[in-house]
Amino acid sequence: MAQTSKDIDSKTGEIRADFAILDRVIHGKKLVYLDNAATSQKPKAVVDALVDYYNNYNANVHRGIHTMSEEATAAYEGVRETIKGFINAVDTCEVIYTRGTTEGINLVAQTWGRINILPGDEIVLSPMEHHSNLVPWQVLAAERDARLVFLKLDDQGRIDMEHASATINAKTKLLAISHMSNVLGTINPVKELAQMAHAHGAVVIADGAQSVPHMACDVQDLGVDFFVFSFHKMLGPTGVGVLWGKKQLLEAMPPYQYGGDMIASVQREKSRYNQLPWKFEAGTPNVADVIAAGKAIEYLQTLGMDWVRDHEVELTAYAMQKLGTLKGIEIYGPRDAKERGGVISFNIKGLHPHDLGQILNESGIAIRAGHHCCQPLMKDLGVMGTARASFYIYNTKAEVDVLAAALCEADKVLGNVALR
Amino acid sequence: MSLSDDLYRETILDHYHNPRNNGTIDDATAKIEGVNPLCGDELTLYLNVSEDGKIQDVKLQAHGCSINMASGSMMSEAVMGQSVERAKEIIETFKEMMLNKEQDVPLEDDLEDLEALRGVKKYPVRIKCALLPWNTLLDGLAEACAAKK
Repeated sequence: MAQTSKDIDSKTGEIRADFAILDRVIHGKKLVYLDNAATSQKPKAVVDALVDYYNNYNANVHRGIHTMSEEATAAYEGVRETIKGFINAVDTCEVIYTRGTTEGINLVAQTWGRINILPGDEIVLSPMEHHSNLVPWQVLAAERDARLVFLKLDDQGRIDMEHASATINAKTKLLAISHMSNVLGTINPVKELAQMAHAHGAVVIADGAQSVPHMACDVQDLGVDFFVFSFHKMLGPTGVGVLWGKKQLLEAMPPYQYGGDMIASVQREKSRYNQLPWKFEAGTPNVADVIAAGKAIEYLQTLGMDWVRDHEVELTAYAMQKLGTLKGIEIYGPRDAKERGGVISFNIKGLHPHDLGQILNESGIAIRAGHHCCQPLMKDLGVMGTARASFYIYNTKAEVDVLAAALCEADKVLGNVALR
Repeated sequence: MSLSDDLYRETILDHYHNPRNNGTIDDATAKIEGVNPLCGDELTLYLNVSEDGKIQDVKLQAHGCSINMASGSMMSEAVMGQSVERAKEIIETFKEMMLNKEQDVPLEDDLEDLEALRGVKKYPVRIKCALLPWNTLLDGLAEACAAKK
């Protein structure tokens, strides 16, 4: 449902009250936090959940027979149910806790990949993959004598689907694709690409690190086989994420790490491994952060992911229009805000992104500058790096105005002529 | 003094917009690439070192931020025509100025242009931008000396 900007502003005002950090003052200016694609801020409910766990029921999970261990286990396992609903998984046993997106991808590469990728196989990737969804496949391909094949982008950073339908073929064993680019903001047509891959019997892993925090994601509708994401980009703590996988694939995979919690029984010479999902969760897990991550999901569910998406589309459209009027600016990725997430990468002629980042910081504005762990994409774009502003539920149009004004100021400080 | 005045004082901007000794050397004694893995900044340093250990020519091709570019440009002026030994001393002094947390390390009179970069010390994430050309030069001198032997 369409919302007026007044609705959005009043709701954003309520949301901001839940984030104490947004009152911070940096260099005498009110913080404008526009680095959400790197990590989001955390609402009070999430911080409180951490404190509550450590103050009131800190205990190890799964083994204890005392009250606190039962409470901790119930809370920790209960979050699996929340996640299942949030991404529409079939079963909680498909929800594997990880340290984050990167670990999820490495897990699949080193377990599923080592068994299933054979010499001559092709792994298809997009040119916009984060290093985390590229390097593990480089290593696997070298190990298994397989080949990496790359999709093509059009001039707005969207996947060329005609080229994709020719590139994804009988040799394709795996398609590894980001759902939303952390640089271009492009939302990739994962569902269509997964259908192409499946038509040739390939397996599909989608990197949801940038999409899950910002839009409704339904793993069954997307039709992927593996889906990975991190909680710290969606109001939750660092160090915890999810690998979702189809049950029959996960069951056929060997464990990733060995030790406590992933064990069913151990003898001196051999062991039997635990069932899903614990087979992949060796060692005492990150109990507190998982519990707090559950609160992050609940916070988003209360807002509604459709509201989150609408808010960001409106903010992104406004920012693209506003920044687009600056002389000498180049904004990368799709021009239509509806085709992209709330991530805007840009360069201003004659200004290095690092210099921009430093000057903006002086106005209390936090943006990211650099290659965003996407060096091959930077090379394709013909740049050393970009500046990147990325939005979330608490950002406002007024903050976009502060950003635009500060960019003009940076231009002056650096003695640049691009904006004049 | 505000941060931007500090960091982007005129000398830095002058070197950034008009980098000295920008270019390549065809038959260089040493050619070294320096990369800043965190931000992707790159530079290629060319050196001509004579038989008797003098830096006869130094050229840089750099793609980086203002701090990185200006630092390389100033460095090339500071070491041009110097002996390898003296160049190493200059590198040592500059690195000490940037990295010594205890005290302000003074610069000798003939290095006073480098004073403009002292302000960078206050911004830890930018120190590596300033140091990249100098660390690359250290590698280059080692390579040039090895090539002579």
